[in-house]
Amino acid sequence: MKILVAVKRVVDHTVRIRVRPDGSGVDTDNAKFSINPFCKHAVEAAVQLAEHGHADEVVAVTIGPAKANDVLLVALAMGADRGIHLVTEERTEPLAVAKLLKAVVEEEKPDLVLLGKQAVDDDANQTGQMLAGLLDWPQATFASAIEVNGDGLKVTREVDYGRATYALKTPAIVTADLRLNEPRNTALPQVMKAKKKPVDTRTAAELGIDIAPRLMVEKVAPPPDRAGGQAVGSVSELVDIIAEVAAGGERA
Amino acid sequence: MTTLDFALGEIADAIRETTARFAADRIAPRATEIDETNSFPLDLWPEMGALGLHGITVEEEFGGLGLGYLEHCVAMEEVSRASASVGLSYGAHSNLAVNQIRRWGTDAQKRNYLPKLISGEHLGALAMSEAGSGSDVVSMSLRADKNGDHYLLNGTKFWITNAPKADVLVVYAKTDPSAGPKGISAFIIEKGFEGFSVSPKLDKMGMRGSDTAELVFKDCKVPAENVMGAVGEGAKILMSGLDYERVVLAAGPLGIMQACLDAVLPYVRDRKQFGRPIGDFQLMQAKVADMYVALNSARAYVYAVAKACDAGRTTRFDAAGAILLASENAVKVSLEAVQALGGAGYTKEWPVERYVRDAKLYDIGAGTNEIRRFLIGRELIAG
Repeated sequence: MKILVAVKRVVDHTVRIRVRPDGSGVDTDNAKFSINPFCKHAVEAAVQLAEHGHADEVVAVTIGPAKANDVLLVALAMGADRGIHLVTEERTEPLAVAKLLKAVVEEEKPDLVLLGKQAVDDDANQTGQMLAGLLDWPQATFASAIEVNGDGLKVTREVDYGRATYALKTPAIVTADLRLNEPRNTALPQVMKAKKKPVDTRTAAELGIDIAPRLMVEKVAPPPDRAGGQAVGSVSELVDIIAEVAAGGERA
Repeated sequence: MTTLDFALGEIADAIRETTARFAADRIAPRATEIDETNSFPLDLWPEMGALGLHGITVEEEFGGLGLGYLEHCVAMEEVSRASASVGLSYGAHSNLAVNQIRRWGTDAQKRNYLPKLISGEHLGALAMSEAGSGSDVVSMSLRADKNGDHYLLNGTKFWITNAPKADVLVVYAKTDPSAGPKGISAFIIEKGFEGFSVSPKLDKMGMRGSDTAELVFKDCKVPAENVMGAVGEGAKILMSGLDYERVVLAAGPLGIMQACLDAVLPYVRDRKQFGRPIGDFQLMQAKVADMYVALNSARAYVYAVAKACDAGRTTRFDAAGAILLASENAVKVSLEAVQALGGAGYTKEWPVERYVRDAKLYDIGAGTNEIRRFLIGRELIAG
């Protein structure tokens, strides 16, 4: 089996996000960037499948600015065999990413495409699904376990009513949830080896795909400051307040 | 915290990331206990070895990463940010012992000693100071007398970092007391050598848990093949090693300063007085600004000197200058961290008082700031 795993460079989840004063977006100047945590789980899953003999090649792909080669390096250090970097300095929406990934899939012909279930910057949670739609492949999103089963996969996803397990035929799309695994902290010798692994760097424009944004950002605003809470005297008073709020009442 | 990108390169950035994550997970949670119990966490050594931290400057054929002093500084900074005392022991091990054996050991010595030091199975140390011989190292009195196929060492070494648990020690001794600087030679000592012992560890102000002790040699038999470098070359080995030692150790105070900001910034955002976070007050903003500038100006100097070392352009006085600036800034910044936290900062409930005690070591260790100034001034005036 050949696995393609997609990774995205995002503002590090530990950074305090600042919204630009003009409301046009998040201020990313000098912000620390890192690999999207969900993507890291996808890479870990791919590498584990390879380590267990289910995959003979893991290819990591990223779409993003020239600087995004640092997240490819993370994926390669974790154990991906080679990288593909489609360089674009433009803002890419999920549909654009899915279309570009479709082009990569058609070149690489993987049996499985692993992605994070969403990226922590825009929380769109769409790319995997759109890619499955564009390719007309089966998909299992929010995976908490992946098992290889003959020529297919058994994927477990955590849902509100418990766990649902799906059987998929490959080629397939799987998106990773946090409980899928514990991503490894790579040792420095692996980082050094990763530097020597091949990375195919091309501009996204070369693929001739229309990736212009379809959406217009009207305004980005920081979350409102939390209004102060209120001490209640008893449980029954608390229940009354909850009932009142649930009924649509406003409380100061 | 958003900070300036010093553009140290992809590898240095990856080392920072990997080391920081490990240090936050495995070292930082134990830092208070290590300080309180003054006990060295030897069990961290193999873990750090598995991560690749011990042999950053060592060639790959001996199990290292084959990288430079800049990358080593970044690792030293991130370990010290989690625990300055683990950082100090790490610096003594990975630079003073490992890097000196890499630079001066014979192929056989390197094959014999480096793999276990790099895996973390063994702990390393280096010994130059004596009770009566600190900055004036040439005045050392530890004797090494040739006796057939071995040397007999007699005397003591004092203030030796990692001594109590060290397996392998680089030790300087006088092979020819009448030859001045040319009468010093370097030896590799194993802890099991007959006639070698270590006195109980010292009770220090800071850097607690980074064990420091006296080495005692009583007719200690050292095989002649354990001379490192040529006989009589010890002073040269020692002096050149000091340049790299100062650069790598200068990253220790950088880590302490970052730890100060890590503690102070959330505190001044949360702590409210007069109905506002104390970070809203301009005196507190000025304090934080000064701390940040002290840190990043020291970073700029230390990284620049480390890069110069990697390019083979070492200057003795800039190596001394980098650690002079970093150590003095760290003492100031850690005192300001205590001040920013007010009454809380003065208690052991918060780590910042430890940062002050730890930072002070770097004003003294690896040559005092007085010696560093003397050295810089003398070289500048000599032209």
